[in-house]
Amino acid sequence: METIVKSTYIKRKKNGSISLRAGNKSKFVIRMTMITLFVLTIAGFLLFDYTGLEIRTAVVETASNLYAMFFKPALNHFTWAEALYQIGVTMGLAVLSTIIGAVIAFFLALTAAANLSKEWVTKVVRVIVAFIRAVPTVLWVLIFAIAAGLGSEAAVLGMLFHSIAYLVKAFSEAFEEVDKGILEALRAAGSGWWHVVIHGIIPSTFTYLLSWTFLRFEINFSVAVAMGAAAGAGGIGFELFMASGFYFDLNEVGFITYAILLIAIILEVFSTQLKNRYFPSSVRN
Amino acid sequence: MSEKGMQKRKWQLTIALLIIIAITYLSAAITNFNFMDGFAAFPEAIGWMFSNLFITQESLERLPTILDKLIETIFMSIAATTTAAIVSIFLGIMGSKTTSVNSLLSVFARFIASVSRNIPVVAWALILLLSFGQNSLTGYLALFVGTVGFLTRVFIESIDEASPSAVEALTATGATYFHIVNKAVIPQSLPQMISWILFMIETNIRSSTLVGILTGTGIGYTFDMYYKSMNYNAVALVTFSIVLAVIIIELMSNYIRKVIM
Repeated sequence: METIVKSTYIKRKKNGSISLRAGNKSKFVIRMTMITLFVLTIAGFLLFDYTGLEIRTAVVETASNLYAMFFKPALNHFTWAEALYQIGVTMGLAVLSTIIGAVIAFFLALTAAANLSKEWVTKVVRVIVAFIRAVPTVLWVLIFAIAAGLGSEAAVLGMLFHSIAYLVKAFSEAFEEVDKGILEALRAAGSGWWHVVIHGIIPSTFTYLLSWTFLRFEINFSVAVAMGAAAGAGGIGFELFMASGFYFDLNEVGFITYAILLIAIILEVFSTQLKNRYFPSSVRN
Repeated sequence: MSEKGMQKRKWQLTIALLIIIAITYLSAAITNFNFMDGFAAFPEAIGWMFSNLFITQESLERLPTILDKLIETIFMSIAATTTAAIVSIFLGIMGSKTTSVNSLLSVFARFIASVSRNIPVVAWALILLLSFGQNSLTGYLALFVGTVGFLTRVFIESIDEASPSAVEALTATGATYFHIVNKAVIPQSLPQMISWILFMIETNIRSSTLVGILTGTGIGYTFDMYYKSMNYNAVALVTFSIVLAVIIIELMSNYIRKVIM
């Protein structure tokens, strides 16, 4: 590594030759991150527990399984009508957790936005939201399943937690970007807090809020599939789990996968259009 | 806005609201979701959590096993993300408009990304479990496939965003394709890519819990075991250790992001 000499013109190496790489902090951090990740990856592969694994048979079997799935999809244990119903259940779970989540998140986001709320309230809400986000959704659903009993209520409550945490972050950032002048003008005219929210905040952020809610719906659909499989929340995810773990029926797994894939791609096309229209720069979590 | 415009907008809003309410009711009907039960269950559930989910001395004795599994899970997500990133860089270069070699390869890269991203990680986990069995590699592969799909999409976007003037300048000097990619495209989009890789590591730690429950590996399996044997103190300990790990990794990557972006 080159020494960082505080010369005004040219950076030199220890032996006096001119350093061709102008090292700065950002480049150094990028390189360190890449090296660390690389080392950890190698260490990971060495540490993995490979009990009972025969790689060659496993690869061959997976290839034939994938062939059976993708080229011979079929329904054996239930009918088309039932398949549609199960997809409806999954969609329903996603809709409920998204819409209820959006409503609750809207009010929480008002308290989490720095320009609308007191500083300590903002901080407290943000810490709670960060904690909720750090717990995986499946753990929330499983915990609610014991606490609230099995059924769609547990699944919706569990998924709701994550949706709220995600949307509060997105909504409060949208609120904070509202033009200061609008709020100032309303306040100068003597508007109360609710008045500012209804006539200043909502009209200028409404399309953002709707787009974020739809983006969350896209995520919630795949979460609902996962919850069906891992937490017994029902719907198409549960059928997927039964078909592969219980009946070992790969053709049916293939059919269900195609169904999920189709819906996921439709949702993705919609949300990409929304993103291109309302978020010019790329959207991150 | 004119009086008429306001009226029209009001109508549109009312109709949109009615549609949303109708969809909500339909969803509640199809999933047997009862709003009153749901809201009533919430305080009960929170009360149950406070009275059952706490860490005791007895559960702390299990900490070494839990930490062991947690580390395995973290390694699994990092390994899956890093290897997926390497594959995704190639797919991203193939798929992006600025650097694509030919349109057939570009379509191919986008197709692979779309399929592997939109088939849920659960499906990959269940399929791989059938032949790879109950070991870390199953979880790793399930995460890997999903990550390739996601990273390829965002890498294509970051490469597309890289300014075309650098590419043009290098082309004008007669640089080869390899030079252009290596000296103009990668350096410009690298910070963005690193940021996405860090984001994916965080996400993968959370989804590896889910994959672990399904495939019987890592921290997810540990959670599932204590959960099924109703050892709720240990459940609380596992949950807290996951939260701690996720938050530490999030803080670290926030720091790295701040420096490099």
